[in-house]
Amino acid sequence: MSWTGRALPRLEDPTLLRGRGRYVADLAPGAAHVRFVRSPVARGRILGIEAPEGVRVYTAADLADVGQIRPVLERPDYVAVSQPVLAVDRVCFAGQAVAFVVADDAAAAEDLAERVFLDIEPEDPVVDLDAALRPGAIQTHPEAPGNVLVEGRMRTPGLDAAFAEAAAVIALDLRSRRQSAMPMETRGGVARYDTRDGRTTLHASVQMPHMLRTGLADLLGCPEAELRVIAPDVGGGFGQKMSLFPEYAALVWLARHVKRDVAWIEDRRENFLASAHSRDQAFTVRGAFDATGHLLGLEANLRSNVGAFSCYPVTCGVEPLMAFAELPGPYKVPEYGARSRGVTTNTCTMAPYRGVARPMLTLTMERLMESAARRLGLDPVEIRRRNLIDRFPHRSPTGLVHDEGSYIAAMEAAVAAVDVPAFRLRQAEARAKGRHLGLGLSVFSERTGYGTPAYAARGMAIVPGYEQVECSLDPSGHVELRIGASPHGQGLGTALAQLVADELGVEPGQVQVVSGDTDRTPYGWGTFASRSMVIAGGASRLASAKVAAKLRGVAARMMGATEAEIALEDGFARVRGTNRATPIREVARAAHHRSHLFADLEGGLRQSAFYDPFGTFSNACHVAQVEVDVETGGVRVERFLVVEDAGRLINPMIVDGQIHGGVAQGIANALYEEVVYDPDGNLLTASLADYLPPTIHEIPPIEILHMETISDATLTGAKGVGEGGTIGAPAAVVNAIVDALSPFGIEINEIPATPERIRAAIRSARDSRT
Amino acid sequence: MKPAAFDYHRPTDVAAALALLDLHGADGKVLAGGQSLVAAMNFRLARPGVLIDVNRLAELDYLRVEGGHLRIGALTRHAAFHRPVVEGPLGRLLSRVVDHVAHYPIRQRGTFAGSLAHADPASEWCLAATVLDAEIVVRNLRGERLIPAAAFFKGTFTTALEPDELIIEIRLPLLDAGWQGGFSEFSRRAGDFALAMALAALKVEGGIIRAAKLGIGGVADRAIRLSGIEAALVGREATESSFRAAGAEASHALEPGADIHASSGYRRDLIAAMVTRALAEAAA
Repeated sequence: MSWTGRALPRLEDPTLLRGRGRYVADLAPGAAHVRFVRSPVARGRILGIEAPEGVRVYTAADLADVGQIRPVLERPDYVAVSQPVLAVDRVCFAGQAVAFVVADDAAAAEDLAERVFLDIEPEDPVVDLDAALRPGAIQTHPEAPGNVLVEGRMRTPGLDAAFAEAAAVIALDLRSRRQSAMPMETRGGVARYDTRDGRTTLHASVQMPHMLRTGLADLLGCPEAELRVIAPDVGGGFGQKMSLFPEYAALVWLARHVKRDVAWIEDRRENFLASAHSRDQAFTVRGAFDATGHLLGLEANLRSNVGAFSCYPVTCGVEPLMAFAELPGPYKVPEYGARSRGVTTNTCTMAPYRGVARPMLTLTMERLMESAARRLGLDPVEIRRRNLIDRFPHRSPTGLVHDEGSYIAAMEAAVAAVDVPAFRLRQAEARAKGRHLGLGLSVFSERTGYGTPAYAARGMAIVPGYEQVECSLDPSGHVELRIGASPHGQGLGTALAQLVADELGVEPGQVQVVSGDTDRTPYGWGTFASRSMVIAGGASRLASAKVAAKLRGVAARMMGATEAEIALEDGFARVRGTNRATPIREVARAAHHRSHLFADLEGGLRQSAFYDPFGTFSNACHVAQVEVDVETGGVRVERFLVVEDAGRLINPMIVDGQIHGGVAQGIANALYEEVVYDPDGNLLTASLADYLPPTIHEIPPIEILHMETISDATLTGAKGVGEGGTIGAPAAVVNAIVDALSPFGIEINEIPATPERIRAAIRSARDSRT
Repeated sequence: MKPAAFDYHRPTDVAAALALLDLHGADGKVLAGGQSLVAAMNFRLARPGVLIDVNRLAELDYLRVEGGHLRIGALTRHAAFHRPVVEGPLGRLLSRVVDHVAHYPIRQRGTFAGSLAHADPASEWCLAATVLDAEIVVRNLRGERLIPAAAFFKGTFTTALEPDELIIEIRLPLLDAGWQGGFSEFSRRAGDFALAMALAALKVEGGIIRAAKLGIGGVADRAIRLSGIEAALVGREATESSFRAAGAEASHALEPGADIHASSGYRRDLIAAMVTRALAEAAA
């Protein structure tokens, strides 16, 4: 029986659940602590930095030899901007690091930082997305007139004709307010200078350790060999920990400069102020439908507030260009026109957050389907049935190729599972008693596991995408798997161990997965974009298959059989069809210690592999059932059901965990979390008293059904599943609210759909009626 | 988010605590459960020079009924109210309210008296004290005084407590069996500060309201006792329409505060709903 497909308890859990994990802050004792002095204003000129007497304050002048972070997209519509490690002459958002101080502990460093006076002449900032696009708006950067840093545009030739012949045109204006990915562990780093060899090791809570090392070496102007980056246990990232942040450059510079151990452990307020935000987006779309509900054409004006700078390496194009390329989602869109802009403002920089643009574009397409169904008198399921893609491979108007999926079948399964007719009965009974229940659905595709072609198409100067894995068998028959990917808590090590165990005939517990250390792992890209299982999984299978081949060769020689006759299973190399078997550990030992006997066999017990797939689409259907309290605007999610198709499930329990967490963050997006700036660019939600991630009280039990469409787009049959929960949930929740409030005939055009916003919509619906 | 430096004392009897308060005056701050104070210190919004930890004052850890009052010793934790602490409507009402006081772990540490001393405008216990006519017993080296709730709360985080005074106990008049309490709160998430809440107690006989206590919290700089609406309710039928009328009146009784979670106008909607629901519960 294979290990793949089993809900094996995670190999990481005995460590993590018993508090034995080792996070960056656990490595800080003994190091001096750095505290950054941050800009109190959103925009202004730095007139001076006054150090308290006897205190060493580091400023941009000290870092004159350090480069600036300048991410690049190779496209004519992209404007590159540079971000200094410490602000030079001017500040561009409240929270930008201007200086830092060093003390023996974090409290003392905070004491010192308070006494540093930043003399900044404030200037009027530009904060709001649409305000930044108005003619004559204040410019965030002089090199970006109109505040547009990146712009995607396309228009298929038949778009105007599609609108001309439409039976119904549905227009929507949707707004997603800003969010923070808010990992439980904040950012942080401990940099250690080694006087023995002059190297500096940065332990940091990051998702892309190799990329970080490249970025740091470039900024510091040193060979990468002088640096080592280690991601120890990481307490969540969700995209926020992908980027090269100025704080890490400052920390490594300082360690090299003062030749001692230095630490920076970000606090929650700094994380809200200065790490990365996302989802500050406005989508205006029009859909042209024929009388039978078929979508003929889609036109979109998409705006994303990308904040003050561009994130490295993925750039500020990540949200606007994904929105542009993927808006049609799982639907057939014959004609498409879109303009998508990344808009810079005096706010914290945007970076990827689980789902990136797709929660918003899924909300857009799902509201479009619902509104069209209502206008045309069609059942909302039926209109989706008519428009969902059903022939594969499907080529989208933007050139994306969808491999085989189960878009319609997943929706049908979800609708059957929730028993819509029974719900409608309960809904009617409840309405008679003044209670408002609603059911909403959301169908979407999740592009996952994509390699270099997808990133190259975006014009990225640094093209991520492949993964490398090194697999070796030691003389005791245990496996070491060194991966370039870098898990941040999702159980990747367990899933990879399951795959490799099947190739080599050992148990997953005998596979040690080494990750997150630039000295010990091959160059790779890390964890993001729902890629790790697909790409690192594929590379792991390839590498371990090569080791297995050698193992079979040695075993065949030992037992007088041919390589093809050898099966590796249950810890033994067996000659098929016989009872001859040798323990794998004996084969491994022989291969290492009696190698002179096998010198003519090709290969070795240490093999590496490279995998760079084209990509694959997962799909799912979410259904939310809510109750809305019309007097308060409060929403309670009563039930949540997911039918997910992520291809072959390597570890179903881990997949379910990904869905649970993703749906919770999607519900947060729909109802709770919002980063709020005042008009002067001051952050009003700088603590967990005001930024509201939902708790266990707000999240219902999540029911999950799986479908398994095995696509040949991936080596393992697995598709990515890291972001789907987050992508689909907001649309399902919003559709459910609109359904619950259908007696009032209101639309929800803004997320989070806070109680106040819902209440305002109900009030205005009532006022317009009277 | 590390506190500024402070000195720390942990006296083991009230006399020693009072002596420390007397010595340090305005620079001293009493640490009870610390669930608000320590967070404020970590944000450096509070910078007491001296912390006087009262958690070892075992003599203040009591709950008893005496002289027609529930006497709540100053070290009584929120969690003590999960089950009714006294028979009758008062114990039931307090255990109804306590579920809304922050989260379970916080309720194990935070104290009833500490909530009153902190005087957060959205504190459930401050609302209960205001509506249920609490008296707060405070003491300094020179003696003890009794402050009625109406005179105790002065505004956001501000009370009649002098810097050298320590809360010893809170006295809540018992409610006889004719009373019934009701409470309704709206917050963004379970355990969050109330955007609006209402607490009511009614005495209903033959379908007619004979006596009423009513107040709202989370909408102004302190809990508000709605005495005028209480008086208007007496003699009315205990029906949904009476309660809705009271809710509508309450929502126009004052200009509620605004913050990023709720505008003033939205809070008016919430006040109407909360008052209506609390009264309906008190008459159910």
